[in-house]
Amino acid sequence: MARPSPKLKSVTQLLFARPASRGYASHPPNARLNTPTDYGTTPLLHHSSKSALSNVELPAEARNGTTSRINLFQAINSALAHALRSDPRVLLFGEDVAFGGVFRCSMNLASEFGDDRVFNTPLSEQGIVGFAVGAAVEGMKPIAEIQFADYVYPAFDQIVNEAAKIRYRAGTNADAQSCGGLVIRMPAGGVGHGALYHSQSPESLFTHVPGVRVVIPRSPSQAKGLLLAAIASPDPVVFLEPKILYRAAVEHVPAEPYMLPLSKAEVLKEGKDVTIISYGTPLYTCQTAITAAEKDFNCSVELIDLRTIYPWDRQGVVTSVNKTGRCIVVHESMVNAGVGAEVAATVQEKCFLRLEAPVQRVAGWSTHAGLAYERFNIPDVTRVYDAIRKALEW
Amino acid sequence: MKRIAERHLWREIAATTRASGRRPARSSWQQQRWSSVSQRPGSDRVHFPGAVNSRFTTALNFARATEDDAMPTFRILDQEGRVIDPSLEPQISDEEVIKLYTDMVSVSVMDLIMFDAQRQGRISFYMVSAGEEGIAVGSASSLHPDDPIFAQYRETGIFQHRGFTFDDFMAQLFATKDDPGLARNMPVHYGSTKYRIHTISSPLATQLPHASGAAYAVKLQNQLNPTDEPRVVACYFGEGAASEGDFHAALNIAATRACPVIFICRNNGYAISTPTLEQYRGDGIASRGVGYGIDTIRVDGNDILAVREVTARARQRALQDAGEGKCRPVLIEAMSYRVSHHSTSDDSFAYRARVEVEDWKRRDNPITRLRKWMEDGRGIWNEEKEQTLRKETRKNVLTAYRKAEKEKKPPLGSLLRDVYKEPTEELLEQAAALKSVMERYPDEYDVAEFVGGMDGLKIDTHNKKKT
Repeated sequence: MARPSPKLKSVTQLLFARPASRGYASHPPNARLNTPTDYGTTPLLHHSSKSALSNVELPAEARNGTTSRINLFQAINSALAHALRSDPRVLLFGEDVAFGGVFRCSMNLASEFGDDRVFNTPLSEQGIVGFAVGAAVEGMKPIAEIQFADYVYPAFDQIVNEAAKIRYRAGTNADAQSCGGLVIRMPAGGVGHGALYHSQSPESLFTHVPGVRVVIPRSPSQAKGLLLAAIASPDPVVFLEPKILYRAAVEHVPAEPYMLPLSKAEVLKEGKDVTIISYGTPLYTCQTAITAAEKDFNCSVELIDLRTIYPWDRQGVVTSVNKTGRCIVVHESMVNAGVGAEVAATVQEKCFLRLEAPVQRVAGWSTHAGLAYERFNIPDVTRVYDAIRKALEW
Repeated sequence: MKRIAERHLWREIAATTRASGRRPARSSWQQQRWSSVSQRPGSDRVHFPGAVNSRFTTALNFARATEDDAMPTFRILDQEGRVIDPSLEPQISDEEVIKLYTDMVSVSVMDLIMFDAQRQGRISFYMVSAGEEGIAVGSASSLHPDDPIFAQYRETGIFQHRGFTFDDFMAQLFATKDDPGLARNMPVHYGSTKYRIHTISSPLATQLPHASGAAYAVKLQNQLNPTDEPRVVACYFGEGAASEGDFHAALNIAATRACPVIFICRNNGYAISTPTLEQYRGDGIASRGVGYGIDTIRVDGNDILAVREVTARARQRALQDAGEGKCRPVLIEAMSYRVSHHSTSDDSFAYRARVEVEDWKRRDNPITRLRKWMEDGRGIWNEEKEQTLRKETRKNVLTAYRKAEKEKKPPLGSLLRDVYKEPTEELLEQAAALKSVMERYPDEYDVAEFVGGMDGLKIDTHNKKKT
């Protein structure tokens, strides 16, 4: 079998092991807000089988089934395995996916499904995506992996000019010439020490591109359901996986295959005074900030996970902000022309008479991901807490 | 970390090997991925994993390409239309020859008319195939009609050969309601499901990795349907496009994944104004194929019979051992000269001498060369047939032209449909917003030329297209 010896640390472990003694992982000793996320207790994860199976978005088979407690990379792996098993058109390829992937998302898939369907490509992102587009227009369902979202740019032309436009330019030929089923997966987001080229969240570059769907899951159960929906989608999907959650986020995930709806936001926590809209990793930051703010300010905050960043659930967000009258958008990537700008502009347009405070964007500063500065750049609990306070005090 | 990750990967593999005291366990995918890194003492060969059979030498010589080693150009007919080597006498019926010739003449006649139509402002843009009709028609004639094709834009002859009518061409050129592209693409960006030709897009070379991926899909489908005629993918591009990164990506991945794809380069000497001397310094495009481990041949693009023969052999070669799942890509570099301007937006006499172009037109082109062979070699053509063919073709083009010119454009909603399979809530809102502005400022918009006028803007959900 093709599995590396269990005694050896995987590449990911070598790269991203985070012993507590490391300087970059520490938090100020007296910090009350900026403390590490406790993934073991956060209400954003399903800590029991019952909780996982109570999700009303699940189909009956999944709700009546069992769960397993897995992390995000295992949930991705489970979704990929199901897709490969259930549809011979599904292919999985990219750099180093055959041995299991540098983040272990494709563990054992090459040995189970064979080299024809799970394979390594040469080291060329434009080649990987172009190859995937070609396979898709000839009827396959290719899942292409870009090793880090930071390296997707060589494939930008293929995504923007080709994948996104093929259905449109084919017109009435689109039934035979579209790239439905195409999914481009990529690990994204800060990881503590990824610096310039292992930290980026390029989602807003794709939300400006009609024709592609942009999806970012927040947890293992979401990752499984959204990835299976992306593979089933008749439109090409850019699927960003928050790599810091690959191992950190562990929860009960329904064992049966299931899909979660695309372009549908999820209200994670109901509230009446402020709406916070976010996606991916910062949701955990928001949750911690909300807990502190609700206690300190005696308020109630609604937390929304966009899940699909484009085309996004505008109505869901507008409904919430029209209820609360205050809106904060939180994301890791730079604030300039980020997802927050689009959400804020839409909220301003559609909730103008209900707004009781300016829409705030809590996001990365308009700079690059310098190694030593990550915790000052990516929105932290304090910044979100402070934004809630400002919204209430306005 | 990406690059670092690879180093770790190799260390990991090496450590696994060391720990187990043997070569890694074998499965089919592993054997393909890993090569032995061991080297016997005293060997005269290198056994580095990156070059497994390289001989050691003490001669410090740089490999150098010279013009003397240029890859030869295969031809069957000389410039006078005579078969050079009798053993290469084409095995082709009169009917087939006449079809090849008629297709080339049809493209050539339509090109002249549509070039003028653009000059008169009847269509917005046009690109002719002058001098290169033989490459498109000749190669297409050796493909199976089900072989998917990816084209660049100067391959009108493929569409002609596969069955496009002048009505089909005109619908696209005039952006009428009958254009399958729903009037979204610039002229000459044809596409067809029926004839299995993917819709042309303007970005150069993007279709090359598509062809590799499509060929991989086709290879798997060939295996799943062993009783069907096995298929290959053909992909066309110019020598200028071959400078794009996508060329490199496509050939490399096609070779490593053993894809049954035929890459057909039209080397016509120019990329708009850029001559090949400023495009590359190696031996054309063909020399690169060898570097990727791809079977490669150079052919005289003005000799349609040579192009036809080479493509037929390339197709066989691409599918050789297909039964064992072992296909291979093939590269054909077809040499020609771009007789025309690059496009209607280009005046090529700004960068090359008129006399040079006239010389090529007069001396050699694929149409006159085949005609000479048809007249003198086969005795199946004469001046009378020529005149009839040209007259009839011109008449048929003009009939289709006049018909298309009067057609309406697709419904206005085509602007916003098909971005996704289902229209999004945002797009529906935008359709309503556009409609509202147009209704409040009716004098500012002319919707009469679109099917359904304002009503055509209505977008149904569930992908029901209004016509």
